[in-house]
Amino acid sequence: MSETSDPPTPRRGRGIELALLLFAVAISVAAYVSVDIGALGRVPPDALGYFGGLAALAGVAHVAVRLRAPYADPTLLPLVVTLNGLGLAMIHRIDLARAGEGGLAGAGLEAAAAPSQLTWMVVGVGLFVAVLVLVRDYRVLARFTYTAGFLGLVLLLLPLVPGLGREINGAQIWIRVGPLSFQPGEAAKIVLIVAFAGYLVRTRDALALAGRRVLGVDLPRARDLGPILVVWVTALAILVFQRDLGPSLLLFGIFVLMIYIATERVSWLVLGALLAVLGGLAANALFAHVQVRVDGWLDPFSDTDRFFQIVQSLYGLAYGGLLGTGLGQGRPDLVPFAQSDFIVAAFGEELGLTGLMAIIVAYGLLAARGFRTALVQRDPFGKLLAAGLAISLALQVFIVVGGVTRLIPLTGLTTPFLSQGGSSLVMNWVLVALLVRISDATRRPTPPAPPTDEAVTQVVKL
Amino acid sequence: MNTPLRRVSVGFMLLFFALLANITYVQAFQADELNARQDNRRVVLDEYSRERGPIIVADTPVARSVSTEDEFEYLRQYPEGPLYAHATGYYSFLFGRAAIERAENDVLAGTDDRLFVRRLVDLVTGREPRGGSVKLTLDPAAQRAAYDGLGDRKGAVVALDTTTGAILAMASTPTYDPSPLASHSLDEQQAAWDSLTTDPNRPMLNRAIAQTLPPGSVFKIVTSAAALESGYTPETVVPGPAEYDLPQSTRTLPNQSGQPCGPGGETTLTNALRISCNTAFAYIGNDLGGDALREQAERFGYNSQPLPEMNAATSVFPEELDEPQTALAAIGQFDVRATPLEIAMTSAAVANRGVLMRPYLVEEILGPDLAVIDQTQPSELSQAVSAETARDLTAMMVDVVENGTGGNAAIPGIPVAGKTGTAQSASDRPPYAWFTSFAPADDPRVAVAVVIEEAGENTDISGGRLAAPVARAVMEAVLGS
Repeated sequence: MSETSDPPTPRRGRGIELALLLFAVAISVAAYVSVDIGALGRVPPDALGYFGGLAALAGVAHVAVRLRAPYADPTLLPLVVTLNGLGLAMIHRIDLARAGEGGLAGAGLEAAAAPSQLTWMVVGVGLFVAVLVLVRDYRVLARFTYTAGFLGLVLLLLPLVPGLGREINGAQIWIRVGPLSFQPGEAAKIVLIVAFAGYLVRTRDALALAGRRVLGVDLPRARDLGPILVVWVTALAILVFQRDLGPSLLLFGIFVLMIYIATERVSWLVLGALLAVLGGLAANALFAHVQVRVDGWLDPFSDTDRFFQIVQSLYGLAYGGLLGTGLGQGRPDLVPFAQSDFIVAAFGEELGLTGLMAIIVAYGLLAARGFRTALVQRDPFGKLLAAGLAISLALQVFIVVGGVTRLIPLTGLTTPFLSQGGSSLVMNWVLVALLVRISDATRRPTPPAPPTDEAVTQVVKL
Repeated sequence: MNTPLRRVSVGFMLLFFALLANITYVQAFQADELNARQDNRRVVLDEYSRERGPIIVADTPVARSVSTEDEFEYLRQYPEGPLYAHATGYYSFLFGRAAIERAENDVLAGTDDRLFVRRLVDLVTGREPRGGSVKLTLDPAAQRAAYDGLGDRKGAVVALDTTTGAILAMASTPTYDPSPLASHSLDEQQAAWDSLTTDPNRPMLNRAIAQTLPPGSVFKIVTSAAALESGYTPETVVPGPAEYDLPQSTRTLPNQSGQPCGPGGETTLTNALRISCNTAFAYIGNDLGGDALREQAERFGYNSQPLPEMNAATSVFPEELDEPQTALAAIGQFDVRATPLEIAMTSAAVANRGVLMRPYLVEEILGPDLAVIDQTQPSELSQAVSAETARDLTAMMVDVVENGTGGNAAIPGIPVAGKTGTAQSASDRPPYAWFTSFAPADDPRVAVAVVIEEAGENTDISGGRLAAPVARAVMEAVLGS
């Protein structure tokens, strides 16, 4: 990064954002229309209404950013709208396949998922606007560090409460209140990132103190190990009691990377990796549901029934090849959970390697903008919070896409913005709202916060 | 905090590159391998969306695809299902493919390299690509005669064109109807599959080529051939007592009749074959030795797989036999195992002046426009016996039909050469009745092997009584057409 003594006044970029948003809405509507043309051979009758609805949603979000976060990074919102729109189109596409006669995939007639996903998108955009309106300054969040930590743990444990928690597809990660099902883990993730950021800002100096030096690595002092052990045990508890590998890995990964960023000590990374490997090995040895994932990763074709999910996913990807079958023209419904955990395989099949690469790059851009916001931000809390949110996004995408494409063992996680699932979609909109909020603060011409000692020496070109 | 932050973001960049590299590997490099797997239902669906080529027997499709309104687009039909089931096999969404539907899938699905030019033409003209056709060697009259002859008994028939090796009839009972397995109702597929796979009579087993049984006395053709090749003549006198003392053992091997095979316990080779004399052939077996028998058997095709594309079983003549085992092997017992196809090949080789032809089921590969793309050229597998031995053996086998145990195979006006057999695999199960023959003996065209499981009595009479009439009907069907 080149340094200049006089940073230019940043452009607000709202015009760029509007242009990109139009593009995002256009792509989403084009995907929706081509799904119907591919699968049914006709333009959907509600294409115009759909366009209007998406455009209105994007417009509302854009206006909220204009009014409440005028200096925010202009690429965040368009990227999110693109991903959300593509997800809607693919969920609609799999609805069509499931509704088709024959029911070859063995899937019964299920309620169409796309309309409810669209409803959740409305809620998501609503919360996005609400966060921008209510959280005028993200720094107030630092006040709630311990409240957030407590709330996060409660949210994580809620599905285990008898009568409230529900087991769906083998994972005890849902709660049910009346007619509504909700995955509190999605909310817990964000709340805990806030808590981690607040906590680490306060304690990072102590955590950075070196203890014993082993093999060239300064290990932390034993008394500072408490927090990482608490998170580790929590992550293991999720794995054991909720039978869900993905969130456990995600939570621990976010915390370890944030503590590393806060303390600048590689030893925390080493320690975290050791604990993760330890937990992973134990889980693999003790739990059948973890073993299946690991065995299926190592050699999925040794037993195509036992490793049905990953095998079907690979078949879908392979069938898509370089250019894909075209939207509406493949058989993504043959992959189990194609609307949720395996939606990436559906995209790989119908949009091919090319389309899937574009989607992964879109996530990469989103994460990169998040990291950039963190880098440029001078306030340590904002820096850590932005970093945590970006890490959470990038790590989740890596875990789920890597799992579905057999780069790493399969774990149960949603693909942010693409997957069917209200909790995930809504909470990811909140996540992006927080990123937008921080990036707005970062790019404001006159920083509202007095620079920290560190930031004074680090003048950064924007 | 920026240094670790940069490192973390670079780390994630590398992870994302790993994702991109991995999907490139899966979707660009591994894709062909994944798409070729039989349990990959997408490939089947893709096949269903194209018109699959027919399987043809004598200009009539015995498997064909008809257009339907549902999502599969084409339904596979087998107009004469059970009659050709073991040749066509089935084409099932849930259970894959079998027999010709499996072996010639590339042609039928239209993906075979030989159809490449036509695919290009279809691409250019914008026509839906179609599969090629596979024409079988089967003779409808012979096939029907085989099934009519077997009736509701468990058994199998193979008929070969002696000069080319073409399979004219391939029947196995009980048979099945492949149509329900190709149904577009998955429940119907599953139900048909369940009932077929749990049936103790195993209707989907192709007994004609895929099941080996002890050949019993029909193996005496091979032993006779080995004897003639090593200096015996049809008139050579051999010992044929009522009982043969198995060497190195206290056990004896009796004739089925309990009588000696000739006056003074001696007989000629011709007479030994005519009355299927166990003791004489046991003696000859030990006289020649196990290795000589095995070499002769292997020249007739034992110990190597015929029709690999149809997953035929390999008939076996064992190695390293001691003397009692050699004696038993010489009469087709001990560990000798043969398929009806192998028995028919043996007769066909004798009929074809000792030359064994490679058996084949696919006559021609046709393009979607029915132009011939490929044609099977008959080829020799081996010179099983000399022409002279073949001539002597033919005369001996004609004698079996005209004066011996094979009388039921006689066709008025046409000389027939044959041999009966009955074999036991275990003492607690009924024996197998065998018959093999070829005709006309003076100008052979067709060789047949018939096996009927669970014959009532353990004498060569049952082979002549049960199996020979089936063989005769099949030979008549071929010669009459």
